[in-house]
Amino acid sequence: MSMRRYYEFVIEALIFASGIASIIFVLLIFIFLLKEGLMLFEHVGVFEFLFGKYWYPISEPPRLGILPLILGSLWVTFGATVISVPLGIACAIFIGEIAPGWLKEVLKAGVELLAAIPSIVLGFIGLVTLVPMVKKVFGLPTGLTAISGSIMLAFMAMPTIVSIMEDALNAVPRGYREGSIAMGATQWQTIRRIVLPSASSGIIAAVMLGIGRVVGETMAVMMITGNAAVIPMSFFAPVRTMTATIAAEMGETVQGSEHYFALFAIGIVLFAITFVINLLADFALHGKQIRT
Amino acid sequence: MKHLFNRVLTAVLFTFSSLSLPVIVLAEDAHSIQIKGSDTMVNLGQAWAEAFMGENPSALIAVTGGGSGTGIAALMNGTCNIAQSSREMSEKEYGLARQKGLDIKEIQVGIDALAVVVHPENPVRELTIDQLSDIFTGKVKNWKELGGKDEPILVLSRERNSGTHVYFLEEVVRKGKKDSREEFAPPVLMMLSSQAVEQEAAENKTAIGYFGLGYLNERVKALNLLSEKTKTYVAPTVENALDGTYPLSRPLLFYLPGEAQGIVKEFIDFVLSQKGQSIVLDMRFVPLRSESIPSQ
Repeated sequence: MSMRRYYEFVIEALIFASGIASIIFVLLIFIFLLKEGLMLFEHVGVFEFLFGKYWYPISEPPRLGILPLILGSLWVTFGATVISVPLGIACAIFIGEIAPGWLKEVLKAGVELLAAIPSIVLGFIGLVTLVPMVKKVFGLPTGLTAISGSIMLAFMAMPTIVSIMEDALNAVPRGYREGSIAMGATQWQTIRRIVLPSASSGIIAAVMLGIGRVVGETMAVMMITGNAAVIPMSFFAPVRTMTATIAAEMGETVQGSEHYFALFAIGIVLFAITFVINLLADFALHGKQIRT
Repeated sequence: MKHLFNRVLTAVLFTFSSLSLPVIVLAEDAHSIQIKGSDTMVNLGQAWAEAFMGENPSALIAVTGGGSGTGIAALMNGTCNIAQSSREMSEKEYGLARQKGLDIKEIQVGIDALAVVVHPENPVRELTIDQLSDIFTGKVKNWKELGGKDEPILVLSRERNSGTHVYFLEEVVRKGKKDSREEFAPPVLMMLSSQAVEQEAAENKTAIGYFGLGYLNERVKALNLLSEKTKTYVAPTVENALDGTYPLSRPLLFYLPGEAQGIVKEFIDFVLSQKGQSIVLDMRFVPLRSESIPSQ
């Protein structure tokens, strides 16, 4: 009896610990990020940091303006969103509503497989196939551009968008579709007028989470976007993203230098952006629960 | 049966929870050396390590890259015995070392010459350091201004974590002037590795980039640079680097956290020996003494 109790207690305690572990980790990471990142602002003003146009971190004195990096990240993310959202939505509609059973399974497995490809592999494939192609097709001086990064990142956002959207479409009650068909609507009319509006909050969440995935992606963008810290004026020019900057420069920094703190401060900016995106996704999903 | 399952589950959960405790212990062994740092020197370090381990089977040497700064940071944190660096330690880094109570020792183990490369079809053959500075700071934007075709120049640099980047910034972009505030122009592409620079320069007719002599091959064309000493354009070769006529050569360095002792001292003696220096030449770097170069 007491033995069983003991086991019960231990198991419950361990499961509880595992349950709250993720929250503790997030908190610890956030505190560490803040602690290191905020040190920067003893040396550099917030405005100067966020809106400075020049990123020369290893010069004496360093110039730590991350506007080109923020814009670089947003530029690449915007491009990836424009490419992946229509593709992802169309793909999810096909898988969820149109494809026959066997094809549905094949496609779902394919999408999941796409999610399983490590980003460095995608980056490498992009470097040797996509980059020369972009250079040739658009007649550019180099293929290491924002558009290459956007195309590659679209591939990475697709699985997230498709799988979450497909769940959202599945959650639309069967009766809605049957009712619509019974009223004489075609399948396309049913999808467009009934299914998509009913699943709209799930769709928004899917898009948001896809964007969140893209903003934080590092390896592939670092390999194929050229990493030049210019304020981007076109998709066909090299850009430098925030993630690539942190990854490329963290190894070099002298710990405790302004450069080191600046990289953590970039981390805070990135964290804030992904946090807002996830929050929006959460609101979208939450809104759905209230309505149905 | 269910009881047994519970027990197994408990055991598994316990194992996982104990695994999560920080029990990482770095093995400090009298026969092992951890070497870290410059990507330029990784292959060289590897070759030395292999030759040394061949002679001393009990020795265990691990060589990793990551950039000169990475190696120096690791040296400060005590996670490596030797930091390989293709640039001299900065005042900031020396200050940090003093704070940590380390008496850093610097040993020169070889010389590297930087080649400035373009696509083989580029008609430009030679440049001065001033012209290079103008290219990398964005003052000159078209090959036409340098006697080439009417094409915009695609400028390639190494990433900032590279000792090569810092050397090129100081010696070419700023022309060796300490008080210069010149910078790489923002549109300069920052490449992650010497191979990446080589690949882009080999495939792109308008590109110009730089990397160590060791990476030079027939897919790219190395430019001759104007030598201050001879007032002539000299090619990046081992001979020209050794006699000091080629302008872009730099020391390859080892940094130690104190006096070399035991196996580390043996390894450094080996590196500086005739045999160690002939490996430098085999890896297409420049040895410290000319007698290491076999007469032809």
